[in-house]
Formats: sequence, C-alpha cells, structure tokens
Amino acid sequence: MSAPRRSLPAWAEVVLLPLVNIALAFIVVGVIVAIIGVDPFHALRLLVTGALGSWESIGYTLYYATNFTFTGLAVAVAFHAGLFNIGGEGQAYLGGLGCGLAVLALDRWLPAWLMIPIAIAAAALFGAAWAAVPAWLQAWRGSHIVITTIMFNFVASALMVYLMVNVLIAPGSMTPQSRGFLPSGELPAIPGLPLNLSLALALACCVGVWVFLWHTPWGYALRTMGHNPEAAVYAGTNLRRMTMLAMCLSGALAGFVGVNELMGVHHRIVLDFQAGYGFAGIAVALMGRNHPLGVLLAALLFGALQQGGAELAFEIPSITREMVVVIQGLIILFSGALAHLPRPWLQLLFARRAS
Amino acid sequence: MDEAFSFVFLMLASTLRVATPLVLCAMGGLFSEKGGIVDVGLEGKMLMAAFFAAATASVTGSAWAGVVAAVIAAEALALLHGLACITYRGNQVVSGVAINILAAGLTVVLGTAWFARGGQTPPLVGDQRLMPLFLPEAGENVLVYAALLSVPFTWWIIARTRFGLRLRAVGEMPLAVDAAGLSVAWLRYRAVLLCGLFAGLAGAYLSVGQNAGFSRDMTAGQGFIALAAIIFGKWRAWPAFGACLIFGLLDAVAIRLQGVRLPGLGEVPVQLIQAMPYLLTMFLLAGFIGRAIAPKAAGVPYEKEH
Repeated sequence: MSAPRRSLPAWAEVVLLPLVNIALAFIVVGVIVAIIGVDPFHALRLLVTGALGSWESIGYTLYYATNFTFTGLAVAVAFHAGLFNIGGEGQAYLGGLGCGLAVLALDRWLPAWLMIPIAIAAAALFGAAWAAVPAWLQAWRGSHIVITTIMFNFVASALMVYLMVNVLIAPGSMTPQSRGFLPSGELPAIPGLPLNLSLALALACCVGVWVFLWHTPWGYALRTMGHNPEAAVYAGTNLRRMTMLAMCLSGALAGFVGVNELMGVHHRIVLDFQAGYGFAGIAVALMGRNHPLGVLLAALLFGALQQGGAELAFEIPSITREMVVVIQGLIILFSGALAHLPRPWLQLLFARRAS
Repeated sequence: MDEAFSFVFLMLASTLRVATPLVLCAMGGLFSEKGGIVDVGLEGKMLMAAFFAAATASVTGSAWAGVVAAVIAAEALALLHGLACITYRGNQVVSGVAINILAAGLTVVLGTAWFARGGQTPPLVGDQRLMPLFLPEAGENVLVYAALLSVPFTWWIIARTRFGLRLRAVGEMPLAVDAAGLSVAWLRYRAVLLCGLFAGLAGAYLSVGQNAGFSRDMTAGQGFIALAAIIFGKWRAWPAFGACLIFGLLDAVAIRLQGVRLPGLGEVPVQLIQAMPYLLTMFLLAGFIGRAIAPKAAGVPYEKEH
C-alpha cells in the first residue's frame, strides 16, 4: 500500500491507466444492472444502439456532448491553475441567465447575426462573473475555492428560482419560464433535432483552450501556477490576477451550457436546464486528463451515455435514466479518487514483462 | 400570553426538528475534518442512508431495522471515502463529489427497480416510523434527542479524550503522529467511520422520522448546509451546533414567511432566506465575521516516508 509510486511507461500512463479505470467503473455498473435483474450485456447493447444506432440518436448524442465539452473544459482550465472549480453548475445556470436576458432585451431590434454573438458574450460574462466572486475570495481573502464554489451553486439556484417565479415569468404563464425568444435569438439547428450551432462553439472552445494553455504566455503562467505557485511567483506571475483569470475563463466556458440549452433548444429561460452538467464536467475533465482533445473524447462518451441511457430507460422500465448518473459517479470515483487503485497491478505487469 | 408561549414553543420545537439532521451531519463531519479528511460527501451519505432506512423499514415493518440499515449504508460509503482518500491517497473533494453523485443516482435506480414508484419508497405507517417521545405535541422523536446528545458527546471526545487529542494532531500534523508511533491511517479511518455513523442517523431521521418514506433528492442540500455549519462554527462542536440551530430557524421562518408581508420591508423572498446559510458562510469565509481556520492537514493525503 505504501510502496512509492513508480512511473509507468508514458503510453500506459496516458492511455492504459484511464482505460482500466473506466473499465472498472463499467464492471461495477454491470454488477448493479445485474442486481436489478437485467442482463448487463443486453443493457449494453441497447445503450450503444440507443446512442449511435440512427442519425437521430447520433444527433442527440452530439447535443449532449456539447454541454459536457463546455463544463469539462471549464473544470480542466481551473485544474491546470491548481484550482478545483465545482461551481460549474451555478456558472452554467448564470450563463443561461446572461444569454437569456440579452435575448429578451434585444431580440426585437437586432438581426440574428448580431444578436447571437451578443448573447454568447453575455453568457460568458455572466458565467465569468459568477466564478469571479469565489475567485476573488480565494485570491484576496484566502477562503477555499472548493467550499465557496459549492455555496455559490446553491445561491445561484435560489437566485434563479426567485427571478423566474417573481420577475421573468411570462405573463399569464403557470410554469416559471420566460416568454419565448424571437427567431433572431434562436441558434440555427438541424430540423427536428436539438443539435445546433453550439457544437461549433464547443469545438472552437477546445481549440481556443488548447492554444491559450500551451501557446500563450498567459497559459504558460497559468500552468506554472498550477504546478508550482512559488516558481510562478519567482517568474513574475501575479498569483491573484492569475487566479481571477483562470476562474473567469472557467466560469465563461461553463456559462456556454446556457447558450446550447436556452438559445439552441428551449428558446426561453427555464429552470434547471443545467442540472447535472456542471458536476459531470468534473468526470469529463478527469477522464480527459484535462487536455482539450481528451475532454472532447470524454464528452462524446458522456453524450453517448446520456442519450443511450435515455433509450435504455425507455426500453427497460425497471432501469431509470438515473442509471447514467450512477455511471457518472462511478467514473468520477474510479478515474478520479481511486485513480491509483490499478497502478500497482499495472506496475506488476510491466515489471514482469521487463524481467 | 398563552398563545405567545405556545407560538414560541412550537417555533422552537420545529426549529429543533429541522436542525436535527444538520446537527447529526455536522457532528459527523466534524470528526472527519478534525482528522484531516475533508468530507464533501455528507450529502450523499445522508441520502443513501435515508433511502436504505425507508426501504428496510417498509420491507421489515420496523423503523429500528431501518435505522440500522441506514447506518450500514452510510458506513459503506464512508469506508469507500476512506479507501479512496486514506489508502489510495486520492483527492478528497473528488471522492466526496463522486459519492454525492453516486448516491443521487443509485437511490433512484434501486428505488425504481425495487418499488416501481418513480424513486419513492412506499409510504411508511405505524411501527415503520419513529414516533415522538416525551412531548408528543412537539413531535420530537428519539433521533432528535440523539442529535442533542451528540453535541456534548462530540465535544467530549474531541476535546477531552486521548483519541480526540490524537485525532486533532492527525488533522494538524500527521507527521508528528506518525513519528510518535501511531498509525495515521487507522486514526483517520476511525474518524471517517464516526462520520458515517452520524450521517447514517441523520439520513434515517429524514426518511423514517421527519417524513414517512423516501423521495428522490430528499436531502436537498442539507449535507452542504451541515458543512457550512461546521465552517461557521469554526470547526468546534458547540458553535457548529449553534450554527445548525440558526440555519434550522431560518428554514422554519422561511416556511412561515411564505407570502407574508413584513411592515417596512415588504415581502421577503423565501429564496433569500433559503440562501442565507450559504451567504452567511461566504461572509464568514471572506473574513468579515472573524476568521475560520480549517485543520491544517485537511485535504492533504498523508504519504509515509521511507
């Protein structure tokens, strides 16, 4: 147990270990499915065809993957700065509020080509602002970002319920939702599917994050801070400003979930559109090893799980959609908290092969 | 006069009932955090315990069997947390988040598969619930009194016993404890298991005491409010208890103030009162109300030197 951590070959570290972690998670899922009394392999087959079996299901998978990409990137950027942002949930919520308010205020006057960029910027701004408060508290007052971002999720939720019930509710509506957006506030989408232009935004964010983190001086400083804050100070980085930058970027990325959900699908502000994506972003970032390409691949897997899980729940009544939540939890457990569990086994394997 | 008295009495009684799961959870979390293991997973442990309490009570017909099942369920998650954080030196926050998500999903998945009621357990009646003791009109059941006793118990263990001293040491400077020849891992495992015990009782209280059955996400953030209470109490038992009472009172007031206009203030948004525990804790953390200093080694896995 207390053996020092010997390093594995690089490819095993990057590819094999994560795959073993996910395999472990899925073995446990299989056991749970068997306990419920369903053949795990039958369930797996339904899940895969549900996620990828038709153009329609692929469309849904990509739509879900868009959300996971945003929140996964959000967690990854903060991780690189040595910060753990578990406030993606609240930042996504506020991002939706931002783009929703922009559209509600301006969609009467602006054409789509002007409205959409403004609304996207508003989503980023609101998401960043919601992350900026915990960041400020961490940078200047020394309070721990994990605790403050958790607290801010709940504050965001209370704020949104208040606004939707008392302020933004459409006149005469019984459910707490705003008036519908006019066509200029709707993102171009594939007819009949929720898949919309946000996917392109998500891909652009992946490239943007990659360029920022590995090919700009700020990204370099940000990663230095994450690896070794003292070295970063020595190199002239202002840690406080860098904390603000990292968290605002993270919050803005999470805020784009609102763009996909509200401008792409619901076409009005609704409650709980972000439910679960913020937390799942942690799993996506962990699985994707905090690299944009990895995040994208992990987001595709999570999108497929979300869509396949919905189909699975439809086919087998004794399995509910929440099975997907269980899978997410197990993936966070095995590729995050228990990431080093299979390491000794692999080390043994490689040591035996070497000798 | 009588009316005012009964109003205050009922208000206090309802505050205590609302605060009970917070108190139990906060005392559990205190053991864990004092021992250097951050526990974001209180919410998940409580939820899982609530589910197994209601499920067991409804199948066996005994509330007490439910309480036992709740503690076992919470201990299982506590052991998982210990395994991840102590033995495998994983990230404690990640492990806690995983436990929360796992519990949120698993309770609904198992509930639907076993009872086919959309994640709820069948309504509990008669002996399947814990009934009020001593003062039936106030509605306090045995776990409310357990919560009240848990505070001096926690204070005494942490402040006055040898185990408590070592626990505090392991949360501040595990190296010193290791050098003294004590097992850091075993001390921390005991802290995590104590945490599981209390979180389990809190969960049981929710589903077989306060309510008559389990419904999905019934903890509704109370585990996080308990976490906030620990911080608000600056990692000490009695102040954390006080914070739980304040947060409980806020909740009881929020229910009463729904739609009521206050003179001079107008209608107070219920959501604002519900967000108060979090906002107050943020203010405290920002250093505006004294300083809250966590155990120094909290969140840091201990790596034994060779």
